[in-house]
Amino acid sequence: MTALNRREIVAKLLADRGNDLLVVPSLGQACYDCMAAGDSPQTFYMWGAMGGAVPVALGLAIAQPDKRVICIAGDGELLMGLGALAATAAEAPANFAIACLDNERYGETGQQHTATGRGANLTAIAAGAGFGTAMMVTTEDEVAAGVKACRETPGPVFVTFKVDDAPEEAAIPPKDGAYLKSRFREAVVGKI
Amino acid sequence: MSEWRDDIFDCLQEAGVRQVAYVPDAGHARLIDRCHEANGMRAVSLTTEEDGVALMAGAWLGGDKGVMLMQSSGVGNTINMLSLVKNCQFPLVTLVTMRGEWGEWNTWQVPMGQTTQQHFEVAGVICYRCDKPEDVKETVATALRFAYYTNSAVAVLLGQRLIGAKIFPED
Repeated sequence: MTALNRREIVAKLLADRGNDLLVVPSLGQACYDCMAAGDSPQTFYMWGAMGGAVPVALGLAIAQPDKRVICIAGDGELLMGLGALAATAAEAPANFAIACLDNERYGETGQQHTATGRGANLTAIAAGAGFGTAMMVTTEDEVAAGVKACRETPGPVFVTFKVDDAPEEAAIPPKDGAYLKSRFREAVVGKI
Repeated sequence: MSEWRDDIFDCLQEAGVRQVAYVPDAGHARLIDRCHEANGMRAVSLTTEEDGVALMAGAWLGGDKGVMLMQSSGVGNTINMLSLVKNCQFPLVTLVTMRGEWGEWNTWQVPMGQTTQQHFEVAGVICYRCDKPEDVKETVATALRFAYYTNSAVAVLLGQRLIGAKIFPED
């Protein structure tokens, strides 16, 4: 296991985000990472609905083509909804990126191994699904290019960041779904 | 081809629907084609029905009205994702072509078809039903208004008697 730190990766992904970056983190650690980087109404935290982060972000990307949408998802999340990678690549949203924080573990349920530590390669799966850009980031030297791809490269972009499996300190975002929806719409659409 | 499918398309246009999520289905085939061809409408083909529920949530977050098209056999796939709709009070409209009921031939369609409405209602989805062509337009238009105005989840169940049972050569 390499030693990329997930909090540092997410902080870089969200740095100077302004109002034109929309973020959908998947349930669990990805939400805490985004909260630790700084709460924003333009982050739609998912506290459940596992496997749904990518299609939520896809619907958002189609609705808001002039804004960048990044889905920050764990490997377990993506493994639950692999079909959504094919559907996303087929739609080819140019403003869309998936940043996969791959710790090879189901962190919320007791650190069980996911398939990515046992042979599955989500970057290869994304490339096979049709993502035009599909990268694997395993070293500090590669992080800047991976972050830049997520923020700027015409999508759909998929970047796996191989991160340390050590749990981070909890940073708990709001979990009232109606509040999260309403504040997001107010900020992005201008009405609830 | 029966005109109630065109009535549905007209309802979607009049309601300002911009994203149409679907899992391919023979009963909706004509409607799916029309949505793909329509200006200002994006038809998104998905591999499983729960992704449609999630896509509709994302569409709404971004300001787009959406509708999901599916067959009753896929309703079971949506159950956990409907927790997203319930928790966040997202509006959801799904138009469901029924199998496993009137005139069904395929035994495997029966368990899901016969329990579609129960599954939906337990998961918090309000069900409207159509068995006559003349009822389709009003029902779909009402479902769209109700869902968007009240942040509710509504399914319109398009009965197999309306659609016409699939006839197999072995019959």
